[in-house]
Amino acid sequence: MSAVAQAVQTPTIPWAAISPELVLFGAGILVLLLDTAGGNRRTSAAVAFVALLGVAGLVVATGEDVAAAVPVVIAAAAILQLALALALSRRPRLLGAVLAVLGFAGCMLAAAWQWWAATDGSLVATETLLSGTVAVDGVALFTRMTVCVAGIVTVLLGFSYLEDRRVHRGEYYPLLLLSATGMTLLASAADLLMVFIAVEILSLALYVMSGFAKRDLASQESAFKYFLLGAFSSAFLLYGIALVYGAAGTTNIAAAGRALAGFEVPAAFGIAAVGLLLVGLAFKVALVPFHMWTPDVYQGAPTPVTGFMAAATKAAAFAAFLRVFADGLAALQWTWVPAVGVLAAATMLAGAILAVVQDDLKRMLAYSSVAHAGYATMGLLALSQEGTAATMFYLLAYAVMSLGAFGVLGVLERRQRKAIAVADLRGLGQRAPLLAGMFALFLLSLAGIPGTAGFMGKLAVVRAAVDADHIALPVVLVLSSVVAAFFYIRVIVAMFMEDEPAELADVPVPASTGSAAGLSAAAAGVVVLGVVPPAVIDLAQRAATFAG
Amino acid sequence: MSLAAGYVLGLAAALFAVGAVGVLVRRSAVVMFMCVELMLNSVNLTLVTFSRVNGDVEGQVLAFFVIVVAAAEVTVGLALIVNLFRLRVSTDADQVDVLRA
Repeated sequence: MSAVAQAVQTPTIPWAAISPELVLFGAGILVLLLDTAGGNRRTSAAVAFVALLGVAGLVVATGEDVAAAVPVVIAAAAILQLALALALSRRPRLLGAVLAVLGFAGCMLAAAWQWWAATDGSLVATETLLSGTVAVDGVALFTRMTVCVAGIVTVLLGFSYLEDRRVHRGEYYPLLLLSATGMTLLASAADLLMVFIAVEILSLALYVMSGFAKRDLASQESAFKYFLLGAFSSAFLLYGIALVYGAAGTTNIAAAGRALAGFEVPAAFGIAAVGLLLVGLAFKVALVPFHMWTPDVYQGAPTPVTGFMAAATKAAAFAAFLRVFADGLAALQWTWVPAVGVLAAATMLAGAILAVVQDDLKRMLAYSSVAHAGYATMGLLALSQEGTAATMFYLLAYAVMSLGAFGVLGVLERRQRKAIAVADLRGLGQRAPLLAGMFALFLLSLAGIPGTAGFMGKLAVVRAAVDADHIALPVVLVLSSVVAAFFYIRVIVAMFMEDEPAELADVPVPASTGSAAGLSAAAAGVVVLGVVPPAVIDLAQRAATFAG
Repeated sequence: MSLAAGYVLGLAAALFAVGAVGVLVRRSAVVMFMCVELMLNSVNLTLVTFSRVNGDVEGQVLAFFVIVVAAAEVTVGLALIVNLFRLRVSTDADQVDVLRA
């Protein structure tokens, strides 16, 4: 027995490094358990209570090297979930939503604690753990925060929407939490293997969520297209990973970058590897010409899911894009910077021009999200700490404004029970001034009007690009913004300057606590990031470091 | 006697290309899905070959992960295709065209 114990060397797992993922994953499993329990919900909650107490006891007993507060926190979580499950045992959806919000909040707290513990609050520590597969660094922290903010707002905005469409099934919240687990993992993946696995974790959950309206053909079509193109792009990413492994002998991002830059790899081999990685990641962040799935998928998916995809998936995919290209392959920049520059310019222009010709608002916002991916790429191309910070700030700003815009669309879809075109917005300014005002705020922010989050984001990426001597890209950004502004303004004109059509005269605008709270939070985010951005930009600056 | 790694890598690249072209030109959802699987498996072949060339096991470990992920993808993908089929009574991807500008 003891001989076996000696022979098998148990790995030491730094649980603290993956604590935010563990919190999200645990919350997801808990919600799934309580949901599938049906009438036995109280029993299940009791089982989960005992299990969590057992984990807390195990932490104490094994004397793992963790802060003394950890077992107490786990025990508190056990009591909290039991109390909630007993209190809300007759309202399983509300229970799922509350636990999901608590899970996201817990993930944020775990990430903040991790940073405070590791760095005394300076937010610049860089270390990789778990045999170099998980990076604990600023990019991971900042992206985790963006993902969790997006998750909380999504839960708030989605509750009534899913109720009204009669697709509010219990597996929604576990899927949301599991996809967020994949996103936070992707943000901290320091090994190409981990990048692939994280991408698949988040994608598999999102495929199902896009097709959540099981009887709606558009939703099914969206899920099918997302699935097929997602799997297709994963194959390219994976082939790139295989070639990197072949050329460099390792899949660790930093080590592979050094190896590829350092010794003589056959040039064609290295370029093929970089090109395939680029295609795979460009699909995930939706750069033109790898964006063609975006409009269909965004248009067909249930609106809160679309908002979550636009906000959180983009942030996580860009974190991986930054880590692989701006950090790992920085020394090989001659191979990819020109190509990515062309892609970014094409993305900004095509996204804006195609958005203008759309009549369906959801599809318009989908093309607008393509254009925004182009803007965010400018920060990446700067290949500097400033540029990385600009991209991360841009993604946070884009997250709040796109969540808000899709949230308003969700409310309007509940009102009219159909997809919303520009003509449906006529007269909304008189009918529901507050809702129309918030929509105008989100659209102005997407257009990049000064005083909003979108403007500050654009300013940050332009400054980073100019500092890095990219002069053409800021010009393209301005051109693209001018084209895009046309559409946003057209919507605002329809809302405030045209008369309401007669058939909408006695259709009330639905109100719910969740969507009101979610929209207010998003609007507050847009205003705060737009008016007093230095605090957040400073945080992004300090967080713009990669673990080596 | 052993086969030169170059041949195996070439075979894998050819299989990958067949899969990629298949996804782009075939119209049946199930066949497109099979082509994606072909692409993933050609990558597995590449990984195992490199593992042999590099003389470590990391590539083989990666291949195992890919196999597991591909299996998970099959379950989700087939479920989506079946549900789409139940709504449309067809798996022809060209008829999946409700969403367009």
